[in-house]
Amino acid sequence: MIETAAISAPRTPLRYSYFPGCSADSTGISYTLSTAYVARKIELELVEIPDWCCCGISAAAVTDPELGIALSARSMALSERANPGLDVVAPCTGCFKSLKTAVSFARKSTSNHARVEELIEMPYAASAEAYSLLEVLSQPEVATVVKERICGSLQGLKVACYYGCAIVRPPAISQFDDPENPQSMDTLMQLAGAEPLSWAYKTECCGASHQISAPRSARVLIERILANAAANGAQAIVTACPLCTLNLDLREKEINRARQNRGEKPFNIPIYYFTELLGLVMGGSAKELGVNRHFWPVSAIDIGVANSSLDAEVVA
Amino acid sequence: MTTIDLSEVTSADLEAVSQISREADVDPDDCYQCGKCTAGCPMAHEMDLVPRQIIRSLQLGLYRRVLTAKSPWVCAQCQVCSVRCPQEVRIAELMLAVRHAAKREGLRPVRETDIFDDIFVSNIRSQGRNNEVFLAAFYNLQSGHLVQDVANVPAMVARGMIGPRINHVKDKAAVRRIVDKVLKKGSSGSSDSLDTPSSPSSSVAPSSPSSPGQRDGDAQ
Repeated sequence: MIETAAISAPRTPLRYSYFPGCSADSTGISYTLSTAYVARKIELELVEIPDWCCCGISAAAVTDPELGIALSARSMALSERANPGLDVVAPCTGCFKSLKTAVSFARKSTSNHARVEELIEMPYAASAEAYSLLEVLSQPEVATVVKERICGSLQGLKVACYYGCAIVRPPAISQFDDPENPQSMDTLMQLAGAEPLSWAYKTECCGASHQISAPRSARVLIERILANAAANGAQAIVTACPLCTLNLDLREKEINRARQNRGEKPFNIPIYYFTELLGLVMGGSAKELGVNRHFWPVSAIDIGVANSSLDAEVVA
Repeated sequence: MTTIDLSEVTSADLEAVSQISREADVDPDDCYQCGKCTAGCPMAHEMDLVPRQIIRSLQLGLYRRVLTAKSPWVCAQCQVCSVRCPQEVRIAELMLAVRHAAKREGLRPVRETDIFDDIFVSNIRSQGRNNEVFLAAFYNLQSGHLVQDVANVPAMVARGMIGPRINHVKDKAAVRRIVDKVLKKGSSGSSDSLDTPSSPSSSVAPSSPSSPGQRDGDAQ
């Protein structure tokens, strides 16, 4: 790509500056693999921000709101310098919220803007927007391309689309979808041939880091999400955040053990990233998409495309 | 009826509560105690004072009561309370400001969440990025929950989720300077001259002092 062309050419909707986030090559590896697969299929170019740093997420914001803002603004400023004219996309909804909080803070007043530049010791125009990957793929012109690339079908798989907190709250920051009953992921799942269910826990909190720091108090949050999905007949939960996914996928077995001890019926709900299911109906294999790295076993889904079945053995 | 004894509330308590409200840029007196925040709070089952009671306590100047409460440390900052409040009281910001006030006084009613957040920030300060292995390992060591999640390690290694590599930025010094500059300010929260990210810039009037005596309490 020629540098000068990027500066003068009009912004193309399928080229974004990419903020992978700290979980991209660890607990969120399946999200990264499936994002890369879908991006390749729809010719969405993701240009990684050089030397991006942690967005700070809730730990920094809780310590001091300015800390989360400054850490996120550093990456946004590096993006503006290295990828001028490009908006930023973050697959992780926690990263998205942090980045967007920084953008909105810096735009609010000249004193805010000056404070951010003082903290990060870099010029920062706050001109680039920050989007979640779900928002980018939901834009009508992008969704059209997604639809064109889909060659299989999830054959009416009943899915509970789980959005979590950060992608819709607070709405003054996220400016995305309906904070109580979002629809964008449901629409994408419909394109993939799934049947998105109406359920009550779409934007309930998964407990986030409290699953580590307050596990006894927070496990029930995961259990309620699984329970409401099960009560509404979900065959799968679909997610857009690596932390939500880890919490649900990793803890389902443990929650089932506790339920069985109490004489309650265990759950059997696989958890997928929305990009995994999109990649699957675009012809991706379980291995390419990272579906074989799940903790809770995935179920066999015949999607009518050769070598692209979810009948994958999960890693032992 | 449950009542609260206000005879111990001092003017210093009222000033301290006003300070919390200024830091959060939220006026607790806007709350008319409908309980919507508490109805939607996913962590309410673990709170000693539910969100509505935290706000009521702030309205009454019960500074010590909120400072020693576990609730602000149990709050997951999911923002449901703030988004659903019919009076636009941003309760999550108040929870945060209470937490900061407690920490300034050396209190941390729930040590685990405090330990976790401190390790997370020091992880960023040293590497510029967060390493989940470090985070979990240091958390287990400092919290004393030594074996927590250790059983999951082999499965995570097998999935290529964790390994020996260390995820870090090249310019570690730049990130470290940011962390140090923010934390060296000495006080938590944005300074008074700055507009908070999600609120109007108007400053909050200090809460009006409550008259001593007994008021209707906050029976659940």
